[in-house]
Amino acid sequence: MSKQVLINLFIGFLWMFLQDDWSVLTFAVGYLFGLLVLFILRRFFNDKFYIFTINAIINLTLIFMYELFVSAILVMRKILARRIDIKPGIIAMETSLESDLEVTLLALLVTLTPGSVVMEVSEDNNILYTHIMDIPELSFAVNKSKVRFEKAIKKVTRP
Amino acid sequence: MSASDWIELSVAMLILIGTIFNFISAIGFIRLPDVYNRAHALAKSTTLGVLFALLGAFFFFLFLEGYFSIKLFLGIFFVFLTSPVSSHMICRSAYRAQVPLADISVRDDLEEPIKAPSRSI
Repeated sequence: MSKQVLINLFIGFLWMFLQDDWSVLTFAVGYLFGLLVLFILRRFFNDKFYIFTINAIINLTLIFMYELFVSAILVMRKILARRIDIKPGIIAMETSLESDLEVTLLALLVTLTPGSVVMEVSEDNNILYTHIMDIPELSFAVNKSKVRFEKAIKKVTRP
Repeated sequence: MSASDWIELSVAMLILIGTIFNFISAIGFIRLPDVYNRAHALAKSTTLGVLFALLGAFFFFLFLEGYFSIKLFLGIFFVFLTSPVSSHMICRSAYRAQVPLADISVRDDLEEPIKAPSRSI
């Protein structure tokens, strides 16, 4: 990905120099032109076209925002109930992600969605020990959002 | 009402929503039973509250002062980056310091692996 961005920046500068016009607008036009060139040449790079990666990152952010709001409302209902009626506990969640970056990202996102805090990660990066606020109601939702996060993260990090 | 009134109203609404989120998380912080549950209330609703308040400030500066403040977005980004790390570390160190779970807890999968002689965590 970084190689493609560098080439794209290079094409942008080249365009600016060839026009002999030192403005941001010309650079932006050159950058867009470079995107087109890279898109045509995308078969010759080892990793995928970097706009697809950026698209996957935006997709992950949108999924995250959605989960954040849905579970925030669930947790607020629990907090504001007349009697606090929760059954908290710690469950072990298996994950199919492998590298440190992927597991860190998943732990960050799961911790940010309300109702679940990752407490420990096993040494082989396979199990996340997660404290869940209300097991009967939330564990299913947390598992579902974990699967969605995993899919979205794989799209970002894997070629 | 003129356009700037409407913008001002919606900015005020955003900041009000953020404040309500923070208020509810403070209520949860008082009402919930143990440190682990309190970490939920503290870490999550607070990030939402900060998100809305900073968005309100961002729109205020963008539309009424004509000033695009990227600093506010950086603020949102860093709050989202650091608050889960802190709540994770609080929970983790509380568990390692053997702070008991609340009596109403129903399940503890972490008990055995943390006591096992060949610790895998």
